[in-house]
Amino acid sequence: MGVVSPKTHHFSEPLSLVCGKTIEQYDIVYETYGTLNANADNAVLVCHALSADHHAAGYHSNQDKKPGWWDLFIGPGKPIDTNRFFVVSPCNLGHCSGSTGPKSINPASNKAYGPEFPIVTVVDWVNYQARLAGVLGIDQWAAVAGGSLGGMQAMQWAIQFPDNVRHAIVIAAAPKLSAQNIAFNAVARQAIMSDPDFHQGRYYDHDTVPASGLKVARMLGHITYLSDDAMGDKFGRDLKNQQLNYDYGVEFEVESYLRYQGESFVNRFDANTYLLMTKALDYFDPAEKEGGDLSEVFRKVSAKFFLASFTTDWRFSPKRSKEIVKALTDAGRDVSYLEFESNHGHDAFLVQHADYISAFSTYMQNIEVTS
Amino acid sequence: MSELRIELQRICEWIEPGSRVLDLGCGDGSLLEWLQKNRNISGYGVDINPENVLSCLKKKVNIIQADLDAGLTDFEDGSFDYVIMTQALQALQFPHQTLAEMVRVGRKSIVTFPNFGLWKHRVYLAMKGRMPVSKALPAQWYDTQNIHLCTVKDFEQFCKQKALHIAKRDIVDYEHRSDALMKLWPNLFGEVALYQINGK
Repeated sequence: MGVVSPKTHHFSEPLSLVCGKTIEQYDIVYETYGTLNANADNAVLVCHALSADHHAAGYHSNQDKKPGWWDLFIGPGKPIDTNRFFVVSPCNLGHCSGSTGPKSINPASNKAYGPEFPIVTVVDWVNYQARLAGVLGIDQWAAVAGGSLGGMQAMQWAIQFPDNVRHAIVIAAAPKLSAQNIAFNAVARQAIMSDPDFHQGRYYDHDTVPASGLKVARMLGHITYLSDDAMGDKFGRDLKNQQLNYDYGVEFEVESYLRYQGESFVNRFDANTYLLMTKALDYFDPAEKEGGDLSEVFRKVSAKFFLASFTTDWRFSPKRSKEIVKALTDAGRDVSYLEFESNHGHDAFLVQHADYISAFSTYMQNIEVTS
Repeated sequence: MSELRIELQRICEWIEPGSRVLDLGCGDGSLLEWLQKNRNISGYGVDINPENVLSCLKKKVNIIQADLDAGLTDFEDGSFDYVIMTQALQALQFPHQTLAEMVRVGRKSIVTFPNFGLWKHRVYLAMKGRMPVSKALPAQWYDTQNIHLCTVKDFEQFCKQKALHIAKRDIVDYEHRSDALMKLWPNLFGEVALYQINGK
């Protein structure tokens, strides 16, 4: 994609949220790749997961070491081929990379929102994304795509705006969180909220951040993104300094790796946003309104679905994707489901994998757009 | 129908237009593609092989990657007009369970398999004393995927035991032609057996 730069749109029309509150005005940062065609029928919305943001492809400068989070999948000749598609990748409301979120200044108080920032859900995200589509002149997405929490947004789009999505690309997702998933999120939140520097979410006013809590939350999360095999292959029981010290320092390579992951996360992520994102995950349950019957929900959907899962993903295992597939086939919807061998666990949806890439590409190539 | 494998052509004649079809072991998706284009059917293919799955995607055939031996628990009772399984029965780990699942999920089920009772196989075994190798069964005993071969008689006996109703039967050769001998002695002269079965 080369060098890309984000844009910001200020929305001054209030957005009513599922939690009952309203956000009066907000900014959304987004990136676009490719060109919208004259009929505006080649737009693909890419939705990010918990910790990623609008920077999905390309580089922000020539000095950047890493490209956007889905760069392997977005670009000329890649599965979401920017020679054909116009890709829109927004940073979700409540996030900390430029869109309005807990660390943004609340115009009503001139202070950071902090805990005052209302809880936003996947339904709310789809609502602001629909407004962003309007701003960009897009009436109907050729596809909405994402992995994990991003896949949940793709699913929610097909449910919430059945006439405005032709294809939903749902990768490594789940129809709702399991008790175990929620439990992991609960521990992550506890780690943050019990940090003495948390100050009930008002840490900005104290010029500090709950760094150790956020670090632990990220370390925990990271374990759930990797598979036992991947961790075993990468670290095994390797030691940092060749010998055991019989103390509580960092001895095993895996400990060192997790600490590094946790520390680098603290430098780029806001703890209140982490709380909010995990809540958005916990609350996601599109079947709730139909008494838990997801197939009933899908009866009203017109999008065609492409689902994929990965064998060693234990956070959202293939079994969870199959629940979505079953609901779609029961409802008689068009769906293709693929299961890929990978030892990368949940993170596999972000990783190079020849079969995954060629299947994803093949599906996308069959999406009709006017040239 | 020229582009469609000859053995699939007769099956197509059995399918009512506009039906909901599940094709188990759908291979490259040719049958479903043809039925979609010419019979306005909807449905899904099921296959485990990654190359077949990719080929189905290319043909715009809905494909669910799954192992037939793991069962069809993801499909509701009677949720398809037809469940089809061509030339896969003999390769299954638990063919009796899959057949039971087919009649549970489909109102009508269509099964095809190579007839192991064919006189050539009998002669091969009797004369050479070795496992038959033929055009339809080209693999050796040790590397064959066909681990549960059966004869026309075996299959019909099985249907009787399991109270499965045979609604249609076609016993043909590899070119899907029938002749007087096949009609008279299907288990001796039939090369390929096609059945439509329904649960009672």
